[in-house]
Amino acid sequence: MCQVEEDYNGLECNQEKIPVSGLNRKCMKCKEGTAVLIIRVSDAFCRSCFKEYFIHKFRAMLGKNRVIFPQEKVLLAVSGGAASCTMLSQVQEGLSRDAPKKLRFMPGIVYIDDGGACGRSEDERQTSISQLKNIFTQTGFPYFIVPLEKVFSLPTSVLVPGTSDPDPSNPCYKQAVDKYLKEKQKLREEEAVCAVAQLNLEDSAYLPEHKLALQRLFSSLKTLSAKQEMLQTLRQHLILHVARENSYSKVMMGESCSRLAVKLLSNIALGRGAALASDTGFSDPRFGDVVIVRPMRDYSSKEITFYNRMFHVPSVFIPGLDTKSHDKASIQRLTESFVTNLQADFPSTVSTIYRTSEKLHTVRPPQSQSTEPEPASKCLLCLCALDTTADKASAFHATLISEQLSQLRLQEGSVDLVAGSSDQCCVEDQTCGTSGCCSSKRTPVQQDLKTLLCYSCRLTVKDMAAVNTLPPYILTEAEKRQRRSQMKVEISEYLLEEDQD
Amino acid sequence: MAAPLGLHLEFGGGAELLFDGVKNHHVTLPDQSNPWDMKQLLAWIRGNMLKERPELFMQGDTVRPGILVLINDADWELMGELDYQLQDKDNVVFISTLHGG
Ligand SMILES: [Zn+2]
Ligand SMILES: [Zn+2]
Ligand SMILES: [Zn+2]
Repeated sequence: MCQVEEDYNGLECNQEKIPVSGLNRKCMKCKEGTAVLIIRVSDAFCRSCFKEYFIHKFRAMLGKNRVIFPQEKVLLAVSGGAASCTMLSQVQEGLSRDAPKKLRFMPGIVYIDDGGACGRSEDERQTSISQLKNIFTQTGFPYFIVPLEKVFSLPTSVLVPGTSDPDPSNPCYKQAVDKYLKEKQKLREEEAVCAVAQLNLEDSAYLPEHKLALQRLFSSLKTLSAKQEMLQTLRQHLILHVARENSYSKVMMGESCSRLAVKLLSNIALGRGAALASDTGFSDPRFGDVVIVRPMRDYSSKEITFYNRMFHVPSVFIPGLDTKSHDKASIQRLTESFVTNLQADFPSTVSTIYRTSEKLHTVRPPQSQSTEPEPASKCLLCLCALDTTADKASAFHATLISEQLSQLRLQEGSVDLVAGSSDQCCVEDQTCGTSGCCSSKRTPVQQDLKTLLCYSCRLTVKDMAAVNTLPPYILTEAEKRQRRSQMKVEISEYLLEEDQD
Repeated sequence: MAAPLGLHLEFGGGAELLFDGVKNHHVTLPDQSNPWDMKQLLAWIRGNMLKERPELFMQGDTVRPGILVLINDADWELMGELDYQLQDKDNVVFISTLHGG
């Protein structure tokens, strides 16, 4: 039954591009239909074989990974772009079929309107929203349209990983299927509840002061790379919040393999190497109770674009932060142009990068195995496991040392600057003498925030002119964690003294 | 065969932003002694239609990688790409896959 999967996914394409000649080439699958597109290196497909291949791949991806339970509520994160709109159409397709392999989960849709961070006018934003509403309404699924401004009213709980359900491994999956068959009746009731939730959250209004606060936050970020990282993070937090509030336990993201290849390489450049597995894998358990899945990660952007065009999948182009920006405007843009240029000459580029990421997954132990999900061991912003305890040869350590050296030089220059970070001047066997930086008096948030962040998020925050422009839930949670770790230090000191007696 | 050539051009996926935000264009290519091919069409688009930032659409004498081209709803890779000889009433589509998702 997975013949199609093996036929196409197992292909090795390590040769260079072969020129294709002849206008009436036949489909390589059925050998009859006229080919309409080439995928991979030189596989020519006719229209109907391409459709079959595309649809099969989606269901095979979900079937193979078995992470979604029947009847589970799954939130689809739709940005309006081609990939996430295709994902939506594949879910519709899978749910509507009467075939035995019909999908059996309960989808909802979330759209985060980030126009406020990208400098779009109210009119432009409303136009995009009404186009999206048309698409969403036609699916019949409940949907949430949330302006990014809402991050200024998020609770701190968003930053705390939830406790996950019992392991969703195969025995459980089978039980869940049985349960589904028994509880078919309840499904109708649940649907009614969804409709109510939709009414409450469909209100996409935001406060004018939050609009200003969002503008302040993004103008405080000095580089496009940092803006893109921050947008990604805040968007993730909002989606997570909507999922939890409405008891969705899975979130589907529509990232294609072309996009993931770019993300993978730019993540390395941005210092997110340690989080690669969860940032680009099929499923991402970092939030605990809500698991992120990426069912589009086997599709190239070419396949997606052709599918949408041939089968009339509607999508909405929404200009973002980097639209029409220069190739070298940010690390993310630079990587994108690097990968697509390479792909043009060596068509196996994306699949090679992509397969490399799969290997990284098997080498790295899954994050869920790392003992207790204590919030302090996770990055405040991206919730990945903190990589800052890495060994001394790491890039993280190197930046830290150069930072310390430049701070030392500053201190020599002016005595007034001494009141800096207490965590840095006292590392290892340095002593600070009488300058007073070891006293427990409160240090400004900007200095302290760093200790709570992974290497990559530190770099983003470093590009901020004013850290206090961050939304309150982040600042409050940061203070809370700082107080907690301060207390831990004090307690341990006390215990140590007791021990010595 | 020197009759003027009428084409339907379409830009999508954000590529339309480089053409005043207009997706659909009906153009008539001027008479010339040799038949028009895709390479000449691209040069003509660059000279006559592209409003800004040509480097976001073109690279050398072809389209920038990441922009897909369809001729009469088929992949131009099956049609000879730059060497394809255009016919009257052909439909040529350019879709950017850059910055999507
Ligand atoms: Zn076929
Ligand atoms: Zn982080
Ligand atoms: Zn000190």
